[in-house]
Amino acid sequence: MDWGALHTILGGVNKHSTSIGKIWLTVLFIFRIMILVVAAEKVWGDEQDDFVCNTLQPGCRNVCYDHFFPISHIRLWALQLIFVSTPALLVAMHVAYRRHEKKRQFRKGDQKCDFKDIEEIRKQRFRIEGSLWWTYTSSIFFRLIFEAVFMYAFYFMYDGFRMPRLMKCNAWPCPNTVDCFVSRPTEKTVFTIFMIAVSSICILLNVAELCYLLTKFFLRRSKKAGNSKQQPNHENKEETKQNEMNELISDSCQNTVIGFSS
Amino acid sequence: MSWAFLRDLLSGVNKYSTGIGRIWVAVVFMFRLLVYVAAAENIWKHEHDEFECNIKQPGCENVCFDHFFPVSHIRLWALQLIMVSTPSLLVIFHVAYRENREKHQNQKLYRNPGKIDGGLLCTYLISLILKTGFEIVFLVLFYKLYNGFKIPRLVKCDIKPCPNIVDCYISKPTEKMIFLYFLVATSCLCIVLNLGELSYLIFKYSIKCYLKRHVKKQQ
Repeated sequence: MDWGALHTILGGVNKHSTSIGKIWLTVLFIFRIMILVVAAEKVWGDEQDDFVCNTLQPGCRNVCYDHFFPISHIRLWALQLIFVSTPALLVAMHVAYRRHEKKRQFRKGDQKCDFKDIEEIRKQRFRIEGSLWWTYTSSIFFRLIFEAVFMYAFYFMYDGFRMPRLMKCNAWPCPNTVDCFVSRPTEKTVFTIFMIAVSSICILLNVAELCYLLTKFFLRRSKKAGNSKQQPNHENKEETKQNEMNELISDSCQNTVIGFSS
Repeated sequence: MSWAFLRDLLSGVNKYSTGIGRIWVAVVFMFRLLVYVAAAENIWKHEHDEFECNIKQPGCENVCFDHFFPVSHIRLWALQLIMVSTPSLLVIFHVAYRENREKHQNQKLYRNPGKIDGGLLCTYLISLILKTGFEIVFLVLFYKLYNGFKIPRLVKCDIKPCPNIVDCYISKPTEKMIFLYFLVATSCLCIVLNLGELSYLIFKYSIKCYLKRHVKKQQ
């Protein structure tokens, strides 16, 4: 059970996302999870071993390390990534529920159900409308909240995003104010700023996706209101074509070959 | 979830590349990714532990190490590999968009969605320019951060709390330098391949355009 499991779970959600959602997922996997596993974990690997204090007093180093790093950056990032990925499970559960309903209808022999076999139901891609729209929009909203909360927690816990070289500590059992030196402070600052920057990009993508979904919702409503007044004529056909084109643009990049399962 | 992800990404890219593009993928995979994972990572593994200064003052080694290695070579190398592989995603996205369009409209819009022509040619050229740009940026970064591509055996450090100028010894400097030169050489090779592919594509499609116009005029 590792980040690969998350990749498998989120890959299924990818099929039902908008194109901005797919870009968000790519940024998440390549610029956050991959960087965390491949580079950042090694930078923080020796953080306690190489945390050195100018004292021989046993226990002083441990206590000072614990005082300055209540939760390590690496663990906070891992938690952030898990929390931020979890709302997508709401969408996955909703899609699974809909599929289950369709399978039930199919097995009952319901005439409304126009699928030829179970495989087609399994492979079907649901459009983001109706109750799925609400689930999807809520999941983006929760993602935004989690990102913002974790960024604030970082800022609050570590007094900004810089890692200082020297920290002065006088927690018991240190006999007086003792100089403690952090290992690789510059490299840690660089990676912290990088991860914060990518977090901000993810927040922007989520905001853009939210705006896009809300715009689509209101346009659809106004078109429905407009259509109910008009009589059906050839103009509706053109509008339907335009709607299809809009759907195509929003449904692009479906079969991205980055290992997302279909 | 690690370098296998990048390997899968590169294999996906291979399908839509030109011949030179496939050589680029092979070079990145064999001479950069594999060398990084199989050899380079282990050389830099204990760089901090084995960095020794001729002083007992606590904190002096930490501070000197941080001064001489603001960002470790191996991390820069990893970032370079990731950034250089990412522009190929643009091509994959564009091909997926084309295939999706054909599926939605239930008709053949393109002779071959994976063929590099029209809009996909622009996307491909942009990805080549971005790849070359990233390679050059990282090489310049390496050069600027480490004053050339040399790794000295001994560095002199006098930052607080070191009480005076202290001798610090870097671990495995020769081996690190050899691999650094190897990194630079493969980077340069990839730049040459990218530029070659760029020229080839521009030349090929200019000739195509010219011949089309020529044929039209004759008609």
